[in-house]
Amino acid sequence: MNLDELQQKLIATARANPPSDAVPYAFEKRILAQIAARPALDGLALWSRALWRATAPCAAIMLLLCAWSFFASNSGPPPADLTQEFENTVLAASDQDSAADSTW
Amino acid sequence: MEPSEGELIAAVLKGDAGSFEPLVVKYSPRVFATARRYARRESEVEDIVQEVWLKAYQKLPGFRNEAPFEHWLMRVAVRTCYDFLRAHQRNRETAFSELAEPDEDWLERFVSEPGAAVEHSDAARQLVERILEQLSPPARLVITLLEIEDRSIKEIAALTGWSLPLVKVRAFRARAEMRRILAKIAKEKYL
Repeated sequence: MNLDELQQKLIATARANPPSDAVPYAFEKRILAQIAARPALDGLALWSRALWRATAPCAAIMLLLCAWSFFASNSGPPPADLTQEFENTVLAASDQDSAADSTW
Repeated sequence: MEPSEGELIAAVLKGDAGSFEPLVVKYSPRVFATARRYARRESEVEDIVQEVWLKAYQKLPGFRNEAPFEHWLMRVAVRTCYDFLRAHQRNRETAFSELAEPDEDWLERFVSEPGAAVEHSDAARQLVERILEQLSPPARLVITLLEIEDRSIKEIAALTGWSLPLVKVRAFRARAEMRRILAKIAKEKYL
């Protein structure tokens, strides 16, 4: 079978038989009814739609950041004394203040 | 005197949806003919055309009078048809061993006497439709626009929104895809 010739023949067939352009009865009325039934979009509706669409990506980013911070904090050497670390962190600000006072 | 297209569009943009009706009446035959190239069932064709008009109405504020309304509308129509093809591409795979009898007869006639197989037959038309249905969405779109509707690469780029090199690449791939399908028919039927 000559494939090139078959291809040409089939393309010629498709060209020779253009599809019908018949329009169903009162189709334009249907379109106008659809347009009339559509709620008008206001700015707030657009914003709320955009924000709803953004929830899933934002949640995914949040989960990724949580996972990253969790694994990053666990990857270093564990602190020797957790209570001491906590106390140092909480009192760091007051230590700085007292150091500043002592210079006066 | 009937209002011009520009006046109708301006009226629609001012909120008079009724002015959209003459545009729908005027251009629906063209949009239906386009949709029927990509969908076979009449219910699907109507859905596509309805989608085209709703999109056109929604995007009308973005229409600039630089090009005729018809060109702009056909861009919307072609892109909607492409979306339809992509959404329905999973239904493409069918074996050619299930060809209808008239299609097979037409092929037999072509094999035995290529010149005698006429183009104006229902069987040939059905066969073309079945082959086009086997193509991937971009390949079907390109073959239809380039080979069947005889449009230029530049026109296809404007209609689809693809770049010129992309249209060329897709046209090359589409022809290769069509040849593969025809080779498959030849293999299934005559080997």
